Formats: sequence, structure tokens, C-alpha cells
Amino acid sequence: MTDEVVAPLSKAGGTASAPAALRASGVVHTFGASGARALDAVDFEAPAGACVALVGESGSGKTTLLRCFNRMVEPRAGVITVDGRDVRDLPVETLRRTMGYVPQDGGLLPHWTVRRNAGLVPRLLGLDDVEQRVDEALALAGLAPAVYGSRYPHELSGGQRQRVALARAVAARPPAILLDEPFGALDAISRADLQSAFEELRRATGVTTLLVTHDLAEAARLGDWLVVMRAGRVEQRGSFSELRHSPATAYVQTLVERTLAGLARLEESA
Amino acid sequence: MNGRARRLMHLGGFLAACLIAGVAPAEAQRASAAIPATPVIVASKPFGESYLLCELFAQLLESRGLAVERRPGLGATEIAFGAIRSGAIDVYPEYTGTGLIAILHDSLPDSLARSPKAVFAHVTRATADRYGARWLPPLGFENTYAIAVRKETSARYGLHTLSDLARAGPALTGGLTADFIGRPDGLAGLRRAYGLSPRAVKPLAPGLKYQALAAGAVDFIDGYSTDGLLAKYDLVVLDDDRRFFPAYEAAALVGTRLARDRPDAIAALTLLSGRLDEGTMRRANRRVEVDGEDMRVVARDLLVGLGLSGRAHPSDAGAAPRNALGLGAYLWSVRVPIGRLTLRHLLLVAIALALAVVVAVPLGLALERVRGAAEPVLGALGVLQTIPSIALLVFMIPLLGVGVRPALVALWLYALYPIARGTFVGVTDADPKAVEAAEALGMTAHQRLLQVRLPLAAPVIMAGVRTAAVITVGAATLAAFIGAGGLGEPIVTGLALADTRMVLSGALPAAALALLVDGALALVARLVTPAYRRSTSRKRREPSNARGSSSI
Repeated sequence: MTDEVVAPLSKAGGTASAPAALRASGVVHTFGASGARALDAVDFEAPAGACVALVGESGSGKTTLLRCFNRMVEPRAGVITVDGRDVRDLPVETLRRTMGYVPQDGGLLPHWTVRRNAGLVPRLLGLDDVEQRVDEALALAGLAPAVYGSRYPHELSGGQRQRVALARAVAARPPAILLDEPFGALDAISRADLQSAFEELRRATGVTTLLVTHDLAEAARLGDWLVVMRAGRVEQRGSFSELRHSPATAYVQTLVERTLAGLARLEESA
Repeated sequence: MNGRARRLMHLGGFLAACLIAGVAPAEAQRASAAIPATPVIVASKPFGESYLLCELFAQLLESRGLAVERRPGLGATEIAFGAIRSGAIDVYPEYTGTGLIAILHDSLPDSLARSPKAVFAHVTRATADRYGARWLPPLGFENTYAIAVRKETSARYGLHTLSDLARAGPALTGGLTADFIGRPDGLAGLRRAYGLSPRAVKPLAPGLKYQALAAGAVDFIDGYSTDGLLAKYDLVVLDDDRRFFPAYEAAALVGTRLARDRPDAIAALTLLSGRLDEGTMRRANRRVEVDGEDMRVVARDLLVGLGLSGRAHPSDAGAAPRNALGLGAYLWSVRVPIGRLTLRHLLLVAIALALAVVVAVPLGLALERVRGAAEPVLGALGVLQTIPSIALLVFMIPLLGVGVRPALVALWLYALYPIARGTFVGVTDADPKAVEAAEALGMTAHQRLLQVRLPLAAPVIMAGVRTAAVITVGAATLAAFIGAGGLGEPIVTGLALADTRMVLSGALPAAALALLVDGALALVARLVTPAYRRSTSRKRREPSNARGSSSI
């Protein structure tokens, strides 16, 4: 199922937006009356076309940071830019329609069919080739439109639902997509399948991607760059190799060692 | 099919017959209602004699060629007199003593209060001065309170007078109408004048008190001296030895407009003045209350007996006394009027419910936006639900008079709460993850509401509407108390006359209507339920649906 047809974007009609560069500078956010800092002067950058993985434990601030990019969170201080442009300069709905989004549980509208779900953003944008984009996006996500298009979300497996959510995120060919633990709630096999589908999709579209995950191994597999976060701060930026060979902090070192040990045990038992 | 199912089926058939039978004559009547003058609206309070006098007034007016509309069974003195003041009705039978104490809240010196002439002179003057309403000369009989006990109670405690009752009071339980308990010339007055303090007082519906007394559930009741049932149950009426009760002469109480504009109606009604003595009235009441004869027949016989009408109504000539018919035959014999009342009932419910949906759904949505206001507002609507319907209806009278309008407003108020809460809860709880994703992908608040939250909330909103509909069908039976018609009419009348079959002729169709309305709305609910819910639940629901439809 993972190896279903992947239509290259160039063949499709209409225009795909060029991948955008995402940047956060000095971003601070606090939650609640306690004033606890969820984000503490975060700086980071995702070059156009890159897949940057935000890694960390629960409460590290990675999801909060992700949500700053579609203004589901408005930070207390700092600037978020897309291609150098402050996200606050756009009407919020306009911004969100250019940012594909996949939450952990898919967040599909349960009363809409797969087709209708996947076509949500193109329809919001008033595009005239909605059906074509839906076909293309479902194929990219590894779902045959003819088979799955008219089904409802509850008629799909968890992995298939996440594929629809992925298709929905890319159907309007946005310049960037935001993924919040998109594979987190899946069993190991569906997860591996979906990760492959995601890599195919990335190859085909080249869309700039922010991927939030708590799993360093996943981040290493899917991300061009990794950003390790802890308690609202960035511990280290870099490739997995950089993290491994020159960890910036003891936390990063522990995280890498633990992940490698886990992989090694897996290797032995295999 | 079990017995219950079969009964339900018969009920459904009966209701269908009523509806079919009800439509045609209603149309015919409308077509022939070409009498030029506006009809005289004749009303009554909800007890036997009042109904009979109402029918008597109505037939007398009709025999003089006047158009008449009947509004019998208005809930209580306040409702009936309120309707006279607001012009919602033109005339109803009232009693001078009641006028003195319950309407005017006046008191006269004891010697004058016992004088029918003095009481009539006072109430005539005072009612005209204060309210512009007019008392026609009394009909000729008094109907005073008759505090009654069973024969064996009388013998056991040596009860012959109200003073005796006061002495034995601490051992006795009173079964009194709510009206009597509340009136200054009722229980409160007896406490003051005689020092009566019964062991307990049970409020009873007028039609039930005689049965309760006969069954020994209570020891004394507040009867009326002309009640037919006093004789039926062979009761002892206690003498008012301290002359506490004033004179209660029956008379037609007429509203300003009729008194001013319709000398023809006044002249016709005045023909009855001084013509009905107590014996005549008691016999007539007995025919209605004890023998179960049709009120229209008894009223016609009275008019013929008085030489006020020579015409017999051929259509009623063969009407058998109600008691002679079995329940089924009785229901069949009243299918036409019941059909009309069922339609009216349905109309009341439909209008009130539609207006409630139009207001409560947007209200529920607004409350979701202003969450802080949600609990106070919904709480206030919830409190409205706890006000007994009859009390709510009485509150409406000063504002809206009697008839359809106050009934609609009251029903509307009852229907608001379940719909508003259903909307609020449904929209608030609509799949939060889906709603969030819709927001994150760029749907506006408006789009999220219309395309996501309302469709997801629809089943919960519909559940609220169904609850409201069933409540409204039930509450609408009480609309009869303020003259709005509907299936409450036979219920109220039947209670007043202690006629179980008449009560059932209203209650059974009302129950069937509740089931039908709920069933119809269940179909609507299926239509508005998003397809994904229907397809998942179809498998589970189908068997139970199949069972349900075969049993109804």
C-alpha cells in the first residue's frame, strides 16, 4: 500500500508554491498565571525545502513552537517569519491556508468523506482544480482515490486516516507543512509504512516541513536537520551525526546514547 | 403482537379517525359562519354547574339568532375574571359572594353579607366602578359552600354544624379545592370565624373531592349546595351556624364591551333572571354530574322547560347518556370534536415549538460564544421549567389575557430550555480535535460553525427538540385552563364532572400525539444526522426500529 503510485508534482496542472524558509527569532511564550515559560528565547531556522525535526519530551515546548507558525499560538515576544515576512502581517486565515497541518490524531472532519476532507484547503482557497488536486494528493499519500475517496474517516484504519490528513495538508501545494507527532498514535507497522509514504511525498514535493516528534530515531530518519528542545529552550541544532559526535549538552548526549542503545538491542535481537 | 401493542394500535387508529373526522366539519363550519355580528364569547369556570350555565347562556343566545363561541372551563376565578377584564371573553356565570370576596376583596358587615340583595347591590356597584364589568340580575338560586361529611362521620362525632366541625376538627382531614384553600371566604375564613383547625388538609381537584370523601380518604369537603353529587353520595351538609358564608347568588357577569355594544345579547341573557330556582338547578346538575347526560341536552331541556326555547336540536335528540356507552363507543361518539381538538392541540404545539427552535438554537450558539453567561442563562430557563404550568398560565393573564396567545407564550417558554441546552452542549462538545484542525487549516469561525460544529451537534440539538416536543404536547393540555382549546378541554371538563371517559377522550389522544410527534421528529433527526453517524448506527438501530414500528 505504501508503494502506490506517487505522482510527481511537476506533472500536475496548476502551480505549486515554492518552498518557504521558516524562521523563529527570540520567541518567548508563557502559559497560565504562573508565567512558566513554555518557550524561552527560541531561535531557529528551517531553510526552504528542508525537513526540520523538533525533538523533545512532553512539555519541552516543541508543539508550542510549531503552533506559532500557523498562529494557533501567538507568542508573547519574538518574531516568526515565513520567507522573511512576519506571520502577523497576513490575515490569520490566509496564513493558515498556506501552512499544511497534520495533528497527531489526524483531526479529520468525521462527517465528511475522504475526498471532501482532502479538498478542504483548496476549496477554502477557491481553487478551480480541487478534484484534480485531491486525486493527486491522495495518490501522494498512498491512497487510491477511487477506492478510498468516498469513505468516511471511521471506515479507515488509523494509518489510513493519517494518510488522509497528510493528503489534506499538501493538497493545496503549500510552501510549508507543519506535522505534530503525525505517526505517534500508530502501531509499529503502520508507522513504518507511513514514514515511507511521507518520505516519498517529501521527495515529490520538496515542501518545507516542520516535524514535531519525541522520537530521536524518527527525527534522525526523516529530518534533514534536528532541533533538540528541553524546557522551552533549544539545546542543540544540527544533523544527527553532529548531535552524536559533538553533543552540545549532557542532555543531548544522553538522548543520543539512549536512542543508539535501543537500536542496538533491536539489532541484536533480530 | 402483545396486548399493549394491540392497544397502542387501536389508539393510533382512533387518533387517525379523529383527525380525519375533525377536518371536514371544521371546514364546513367555517364556510357557514357567515353570521354578520361577532360571536358572543361565553365562558365558564371548571366545575359542573358553571359548565351547564355556560351552555345554557350559549343556547339561549343562539336561540335568539346570535353567534356564540364557547370557552368553557377557564382555570379559576382569577383567570375567568381576568378574561372578562381584558375582553377575552364576554360573559360567564359567577356568584355574588365570590364577587364580593374573591374579586373585589371587600367585606360587608355580617348582617349585610347574609343578605342576597345587599351583596348584589354592593358587587354590582363596585364591579362597575372598578372594572367596568356588569352583573345581570341574579338567575334565582343561591349556590353557597356546602361543607359536607359522610353520614357515619356525622354520627360518630355528632356533626351537624360548622361549630361541631371546628370542635372535632383536630381529628379530621379536609379535602378541599385549591380555590377554597386560597380564598378569604374559604379555609382561612373558617379558621377565623369558627376556629377550625383540621388535622390535615389535602388539596383536591373539584371533580375528585366527592370520590375522595366517599372512599374515606378525607373526612370533609367543600361542596356546593347545588351539586348533584351531594345527593348521590348521601352526604350530610353542615349548617353555617355563625352565618360566615355570604350570599352566593348565581348571575351572569358581563364584560364592558358586551354590556355597551350588544343590547340584544344583554336582553337575551336577562330572560333567565329570576327563573332558575335551587331545586331546578340541583336536578339539572344531577343529570349532568350523576347520570352523565350530555350537557347540551340538559341545557336545552332547561330552556324548553322555562319556555325560552321551543326548538329541539334534532342532532342531539338521540344522544344517549354518556354513562350508557362503553369506553370504545363513547370515544367513537366524540371522534369529531376530539379530532378538531387534536388538530388544534397539534397546531399549538407546532407553533410554540417552531418559535422555540427559532429562538433557542441561536441562543445556544450565542451562549457558546459567551461561555460565562451560559450557566446563568440556561439556569434561568431551567427555573422556568420548574414553574407549574398552571401558575405560569395565570401569570400570563395580566399581560396577554386568555386564549391562544398566553398559551403559546407559556408553551414556548417551556420548550426553550431543552433546545437551548442541547444546542449549547452539542456545539461545545462537537469533536474538539476536528474543530481545531479545521481552524488550523484556515476555516473562519463562521465556516467552522456552519460546516463543522452545527452538523456535528445536530443529533444533540435534535434530542433537545424532541424532549421539548414531548414536554409541549403534555403542557398544552393545560392550555384549556385559559381557553386556548386543545385536548385539555375534555380533560379539564372530565375532571370537573368526575367523568373518567371524558378525561380519557382527551388524555389518550394526547398520549398518542406525544408518541407520534416524537416519532416524526426521530425521522427528522435521522435526516439531519451526519451520514457517518447514520451508517455506524444503522446496524445497531435497525433491529430496535423494526420492533418499534411493528408495535405501534
